[in-house]
Formats: sequence, structure tokens, C-alpha cells
Amino acid sequence: MSHRILVAKVGLDGHDRGVKIVARILRDAGFEVIYTGLFQTPQTVAAAAVDEDVDAIGLSMLSGAHMTLAPLVVEAVRSRGAEIPVIVGGIVPADDFAALKAAGVAAVLTPGATAAQVVEAVRNVLAEH
Amino acid sequence: MSTNREIWQQAFDESPRREADYSTMSGVPLAPVYGPDDGEFPGQYPYTRGPHASMYRSRLWTMRMFAGFGTAEDTNWRFKEILKAGGTGLSTAFDMPTLLGLDSDDEMSLGEVGRCGVAIDSLADMEDLYAGIDLGEITTSMTINSPAAPIFAMFVAQAEKAGVDRSLLGGTLQNDILKEYQAQKEYVFPPRQSMRLVRDTIKFTAAEMPRWNSISISGYHIREAGSTAAEELAFTLANGFAYVELALQAGLPIDTFAPRLSFFFNAHIDFFEEIAKLRAARRIWARWMHDRYGAQLAKSMQLRFHTQTAGVSLTAQQPEVNIVRTAIEALAGVLGGTQSLHTNSMDEALALPTEKSARIALRTQQVIAYETNVTHVADPLGGSYFVEELTDEMERQAEEIFAKLDDFGSGSMLEGCIEGIDENWFQSRIADSAYDLERKFNSGQRIIVGVSNFTEGNDDPQIETLRISNADETRQRKRLETVRGDRSQASVDAVLAKLAAEAADPEVNLMPTLLEASRAYVTLGEMMNTMAGVFGRHVEVPVI
Repeated sequence: MSHRILVAKVGLDGHDRGVKIVARILRDAGFEVIYTGLFQTPQTVAAAAVDEDVDAIGLSMLSGAHMTLAPLVVEAVRSRGAEIPVIVGGIVPADDFAALKAAGVAAVLTPGATAAQVVEAVRNVLAEH
Repeated sequence: MSTNREIWQQAFDESPRREADYSTMSGVPLAPVYGPDDGEFPGQYPYTRGPHASMYRSRLWTMRMFAGFGTAEDTNWRFKEILKAGGTGLSTAFDMPTLLGLDSDDEMSLGEVGRCGVAIDSLADMEDLYAGIDLGEITTSMTINSPAAPIFAMFVAQAEKAGVDRSLLGGTLQNDILKEYQAQKEYVFPPRQSMRLVRDTIKFTAAEMPRWNSISISGYHIREAGSTAAEELAFTLANGFAYVELALQAGLPIDTFAPRLSFFFNAHIDFFEEIAKLRAARRIWARWMHDRYGAQLAKSMQLRFHTQTAGVSLTAQQPEVNIVRTAIEALAGVLGGTQSLHTNSMDEALALPTEKSARIALRTQQVIAYETNVTHVADPLGGSYFVEELTDEMERQAEEIFAKLDDFGSGSMLEGCIEGIDENWFQSRIADSAYDLERKFNSGQRIIVGVSNFTEGNDDPQIETLRISNADETRQRKRLETVRGDRSQASVDAVLAKLAAEAADPEVNLMPTLLEASRAYVTLGEMMNTMAGVFGRHVEVPVI
């Protein structure tokens, strides 16, 4: 059975080129992909992830709000008693990696990641969980 | 019977002349333009070779650097730095909450205040933003769309408070809502209600602000979202036709508003295709304005545009290399005859630019303008077999798309564009093109230096980037609290009630009441929420 991945845009960031490309990359790699659409909150993302019983959440963040919003998504998932790994992709300075990991983010993908690297990162995270 | 050259010569002689040495480095004198006597010349319909006879010999493009971060005070400081460094116009970047019409203390604004641009909540912030800048002198561009009308009202109110009459204000409001649904996705109200606000601003500026560009019809974001060059060209001009039809429907004669429509294109890395796209844009616009919409004034047919280099072409790897990419893209914009240019900074795949990287970006324009001599001769690539054919091909592909949209709208480009949005047609085409390109990168068919190949050096320590602290968000919320405390709540309530009533009547122009609300320090969020109460909110059906 194929793994289900929720890809999400949280907050006010409307840049959706990346999230749509990643969704198609994962779909072409055999994952079942659900896209939340824009302007979600940490709560709506967590609720969708639990309702859809997904295996991982991919957050696309390009506006600089990742340090505020990504940890809130992790918390919202946990507060629902779920253990769904959260992967962040987007414009994330290297200085922020450690803090995001400490906040419970499973992996971070940055600009220039190839399709193969995206798929590999998701598979690694799934293998660890 | 005069030749085209003679007609051009007369127009050229009547144009202002910029002092410069118009010869090559080795002393070969240069003509202002080259070509056969009966060929098309710059400033001649359909303006493929440029909107003006003299092009950069009269005036260089405006070096308009886009900036905005943190609070209005922070950005005001950056604006003054840009002007000191030789920038010749201002361009304001707003933060995400402002772009979506939310106040800084809205729950959804958490973590986004001042991050991607400057936070503007009320007239008080607008006053800080342009403090000490003479808006009768310096032209200003504001990148704002869904909340364009209220932000523009705050801008005008602020300038008039500072003693500059609205009729003297020069600049551009982006105000291009159609591409928000298609590409950039910063929408608030549904398309038709948004278009009513666009109509209101066009009518207001046509009547009262002769130096103001009411819309900057933008292909930039369409391209950044992943379209091809031809799609950028076609979608942008189609949107332009839609705004023209909107204003015509509102009873404005074509030549009263068309001269104040301006455009905004992307300059991507495929050098000749970009130049061909820009040449084709001028030609198509002129033909459609004349043939389809009956424009008589030359100014209504002369497409003028701002250009920005391609943000998506920048790499996080070896960011210094982005200076080179940006220089090549900027050169394409200049050879394409741009009226205004923003060059991206090398660090923008990582963060908002530092002061230093923004200065290098401006210097890049200055090298092109003052060292290379490419400004001496108008449309230097005109007549190249290659560039002419590519220009024709861009036009052909665009016309194919226009035919489809015209069909969607049963003979109305306005209806065709709205239908295309409602049916997710634009959105799907852009996503398809973005994925096609991505696959070419992934298969190695296209190379990105420092990413797919030539990666030695990628492990070097990262360059210093700008960090926006959370302190700005806290400061901005405090400021907003003070503004709310200092104003007359009775005036706020009264003007918002009036706004709601007028919003419900599609015949009313909302600009005067938005100005009144601005002067009463009504916040952006309050104005937008009041209008949303009447207009409703747009929700996109997510498609992958």
C-alpha cells in the first residue's frame, strides 16, 4: 500500500509553485498525495492530517514565518495524540535547522533540492517512524 | 511623402537629449537607431522597437529598487539609503498581512509581520513610511493588489497631509487583481467584487491624478509561478485587455485611461527569448488597442513597462553567482527597452536582501547604464533574423492564447479571463509549465550552475543574510494599539458604516470614503473586513 502524504501551505504565504511541484514529484514517485490548499492554520493542517490518516506532513514555507509556524504544526499534531512526522521545505536559513529539529521537525529541505532528494528525504523520515 | 526615417528624425529632434558621449569606446560615432529608411523605427506604431523615438538618449530607465521590511520606520530608513545611493524611484514591498488586508494584531498575522515587507496598519504607518521624502518629486510604486484601494487611499491621505496635492503625485499602484487568482494567490474578495475596486481606482485616478499609473499589469508573478515566456506575455496582455473592457464598461472613453496603464514583466535567464517577449508585448498591445478598442492617442497604444530580474533563477548555492545571473537578465530588460528596472540581490534565495547586497544590485544597473554604452542605440537587436523571428513566434503563441480566452468569454476578454480563473485554466497551465521545467532540471536536460553541476564551493560558509527579529512584530502591534487608542471611535464607526452601505451599491465609487476612513485612522483590516462583509471572500479549489 502506498504511503499518504499531506502537503500543506500554512499562514499567509501564497507562493504555491514549490508545493505543487513537490506534490507532483511525490505522486510520480508512487505516494498518495493530498494538498491542503493555501492559507491553512496549524490547527487545520493537523486536523486534516489526522482525518486523512497520513504518514507524513510536508510544509512549504517561503515567507520567513517557519520558526513561528512549523513548531505550532508539530504541537497541533501532537496535541491530537498523533505521531505524524513533519517535514519543512522552503527558504530556511541553515542557522534555523537545529532549532526546527529541536522543535520536532523531522527534516528540512532547502532550495535546489532535486526530485530524487525530496523523495529520499520523505522515505528516510518514513523509515525512522 | 516622408520616409519612416524622416518622420522618426523629426520626433527624435523634438525629444529631450541626455548629455553623454554617443560614440564607442574607440571613438566610432553612433546613430540613435539603425535600420532601413522605410522600416519600423522606435516611437512608430506598432512600437516593436520602443515606445519613444529617442529611448535612452532622452532618459535612462528609472532605477527603481523594491524594498520593505519591518516597521515603516525601518523601511523609511532603507528608502533614504536607496535615494542616497543613486536610486531614482521608490518601490514599496508590503508584508504578507498587509498584502492580504490583515492588521498586524490579527491571529493569522502571527509570525508574518514585517517579514517579507513593511507592515502598514493605518495612516500613522504610512506617515512614517514616507516621512522626509518629497512625493511631489520622487515617484513611488506600491506592490499591493487585493487591498490596493484602501492602501492607495492611505497613501494619498498621507501625501496631502504632508502638503502635496494629489494631482502632483507620480507613481504606480500595482492593483492587478487578476494575476493574483492566476498566480500570486494574494486574493481576498471574489474576482468580480475585486474588479469593482479596480474600476473605482481607475476612475479616481483618471479624474484626479494625471501623473499616476492606476494599474501595473503584471506578468512577473505569472512567470515566477512557473509559466513559460509566451504564457507570461499572453496572460498579462489578456489581463490588460480585461481591465480595458472593465473601464470601457464603466463609461470611460479609451483614451482617458489607457495612457495610465503600465506593465510589469519578468526578465528571466533565457536572454533572447526575453528580449523577443518584450518587443512582442509592445507590438501586440498597440495592435489590440488600435484595432479592437479603437484607441486614437499614441500614448494609449504605447506599452510602457517595469522589469524585474527573475527571483526564481536565483540559487541558494554559491549566491554570489546570482550577481552574474541578475546582470544578464537586467541587460535583457534594457535591450528590450524597459522604462524602469529592479535588479534582485544575490541573497534573495536565502532571505530579504542586506543593505550591501541591495547596493550591489543597484550598481549592476549602473554598470549597464553608464559603462557598457548599450543605451546609445535604441532596439539594438532589431533586424536580427533571430530576434525578429523569435518576436514573431512570441506574438503567434500569445495570439493563440487570446483566441482561446476570447472564446471562453464569448467575445469578451474580461469574461474570458474571469472564466479562465473560475475554471482553474490559468492556474493549471502555470502548474503544468512549472512541472515541465522542473523535469528538465531533474533529468539534466537543463543545467543550473552550482545546483545540478559545478558544485565545488557549495560548502563554503554561507554569506551573511538579513534577519528580521520578532521584536518588529511586537513593536508593530504596540504601535497599532496606540493608534486605536488615540483616534475617535465614533468617527471610525460612522465611516465604516458608510463604507458598508456604499460597498453594497455597485454604482458608487468607494475611493472618497476610503480616503475619509484613512484620515480617521481606520485600520486596513477594519476597512477590508467591512468590505468582505458585503463582498464575501474568495476560496480557491486546491489543485495539484
